[in-house]
Amino acid sequence: MISIILFALLLIGGIGLFSFNVLKVRNNILLGRSTERSDNSSERWKTMLLVAFGQQKMFSRPLPALLHLAIYAAFVITQIELIEIFIDGLTGSHRIFHEALGGFYTFVISFIEILSLLALIATVAFLARRNMLKLPRLNMKELAGWPKQDANLILIMEIVLVCCIFTMNGADEAWLNLAENGSKSYGFAISSLIGPAIFGGMDAHSLHLLEQIGWWGHIIMVFAFLNYLPYSKHFHILLAFPNTYYSNLEPKGKFTNMESVTNEVKLMLDPTADPFAVPADGGGEQMRFGAKDVTDLTWKNLLDAYTCTECGRCTSSCPANITGKKLSPRKIMMDTRDRLTEVGDNIRKHGKDYSDGKSLLGDYISEEEIWACTSCNACVQECPVNIDPLSIIVDLRRFLVMEESKMPTELTGMLTNIENNGAPWQFSPNDRLNWANED
Amino acid sequence: MQVPTMAEMMAKGETPDVLFWVGCAGSFDDRAKKITKAVVKILNHCNVSFAVLGTEESCTGDPAKRAGNEFTFQMQAMMNIQVLNGYEVKKIVTACPHCFNTLKNEYPELGGEYEVIHHTQLIQDLINTGKLALKDGGVFKGKKITFHDPCYLGRANNVFDAPRELIEKLDAELVEMKRCKTKGLCCGAGGAQMFKEAEKGNKEVNIERTEDALETKASIIATGCPFCNTMMTDGVKNFEKESEIKVLDVAELIANAAEL
Repeated sequence: MISIILFALLLIGGIGLFSFNVLKVRNNILLGRSTERSDNSSERWKTMLLVAFGQQKMFSRPLPALLHLAIYAAFVITQIELIEIFIDGLTGSHRIFHEALGGFYTFVISFIEILSLLALIATVAFLARRNMLKLPRLNMKELAGWPKQDANLILIMEIVLVCCIFTMNGADEAWLNLAENGSKSYGFAISSLIGPAIFGGMDAHSLHLLEQIGWWGHIIMVFAFLNYLPYSKHFHILLAFPNTYYSNLEPKGKFTNMESVTNEVKLMLDPTADPFAVPADGGGEQMRFGAKDVTDLTWKNLLDAYTCTECGRCTSSCPANITGKKLSPRKIMMDTRDRLTEVGDNIRKHGKDYSDGKSLLGDYISEEEIWACTSCNACVQECPVNIDPLSIIVDLRRFLVMEESKMPTELTGMLTNIENNGAPWQFSPNDRLNWANED
Repeated sequence: MQVPTMAEMMAKGETPDVLFWVGCAGSFDDRAKKITKAVVKILNHCNVSFAVLGTEESCTGDPAKRAGNEFTFQMQAMMNIQVLNGYEVKKIVTACPHCFNTLKNEYPELGGEYEVIHHTQLIQDLINTGKLALKDGGVFKGKKITFHDPCYLGRANNVFDAPRELIEKLDAELVEMKRCKTKGLCCGAGGAQMFKEAEKGNKEVNIERTEDALETKASIIATGCPFCNTMMTDGVKNFEKESEIKVLDVAELIANAAEL
């Protein structure tokens, strides 16, 4: 009975705390500006199924994709076993589905065991890759400190989780294998072999204790993991789904149209317009052009930031980064997330209008970084969960250029040329057709 | 060279099937002008009913938009749209992927809706419909040609096949760089980088990209963008390979092969 109460408390506490933190993240994301992403739902479901559920873009790099798939599949399939754990925990039963499902139960648990073993191998491989192989994209400056610890912690938690599953099943198998129980077996693919082999010498009482340690260890890890997610890059396991659903479905080359600018340009070009007239919308709060801080970005940019799991495929394909420039698209996403967390905490602590005098541009992302971008879309293409670092870079540029008139001097010249000559170079517009008369 | 303008056509009461949007590079840059002329030769040879805007054309505003100046971009766009709509333009072909992307994707929301195609798509269509024939065993027979994907044609708008199919029509051997198609590496000119010095780093992007091209041992680097052309040409010069390796636009390859 005590264990049932303990379990219920763990369940309520674990899910309650998680919901509280998810709500916090949701509120942070909704600090962003609006953008329309709810059209064309059939295309959106398709994108989510292919990219998030089907991991389509991961497979541009096959080996890590396979290892990742093993962990992903184990994670998804293990949720079935979790249902049983919940029911067992709340009713005090033991393997409640075993009798009802019979052979199918053995098959499901065996399937979970095989996937768990593959996941264990993949996790160890990922740990080795991160810490021994020194893959460049996993050892960059922006990962120093917490991000690296975060990554290792997740992998270690996964190992503990898998070990708990095998302890639980293995102890159960060893117990059933005891002579006093008739030397039977559940027939689980892996634990029926390793259970008796490892725990074979133990008595019934110790085996029962061990099974309980595995069972409780597993469920405690599940809740610990769940509640770790909102603080971690690992949140991608959940956010990948909404993030791909709300993907940008337009061609990658299309930059957003700024309607606030359209209205002003129309006024400028309209000879009958009265420049001093009160705007039709009553001249509500003036929005800043472009983005200086996270609240100037769209909610999708902010969802992107929480979805990023810092894999660095964007950065490793970025022409600026490859050639040694400071720009790293991954850092753009990490900075956006970290600044958003800070802004969200500030608002909760000090109220909506509080300003800490800091901003995304300047305190987190430097001008040098955003001017190094060639807008080539390689980062957008590479992201396995359809994150768009480029649109953040462009919005930061828009703020610098349109609000602060700050840009590399050559660009000032280029823009003047366009305005005066209709070309980025200093040629007379009257000479535009000269080529037709040259040899 | 016979290059009708929209104004002349209109004066004669004619409407061309397609407007050839030349672009700033194609109009003013000495190297890019050759690409423009190759396109015109092909259009004239195939009796395509076309015209240019001539002095009425102005920058699409692409570099301004990429640099973050939406005002300058929209001023340019609105002025161009006024001209284009005034001539009731329906279809536009351009030899510049930046103009292509801007006209195709960013003008509609400002009131400029046209069917916009890249010149490689138009040429592909001319060949497929039998209007342009290439002789067997042409000048490029057996040559190794690699294609550098312009970002604003490839990744940005998913046009990967048209230029490649044209190269294959040359009886040449198309060799791919290790980074190609969706994984193609930028030449370094996009996002208004063409008009400024690069930020501090340890290499220029066009050098990195030229190395990819040199690795293929191709004797011709083909591309479909005047800016990529400049960057790759500079890259080849940097390795002092300009006597062995030519950087040519796909339109130039076709015009040469068709002996225009």
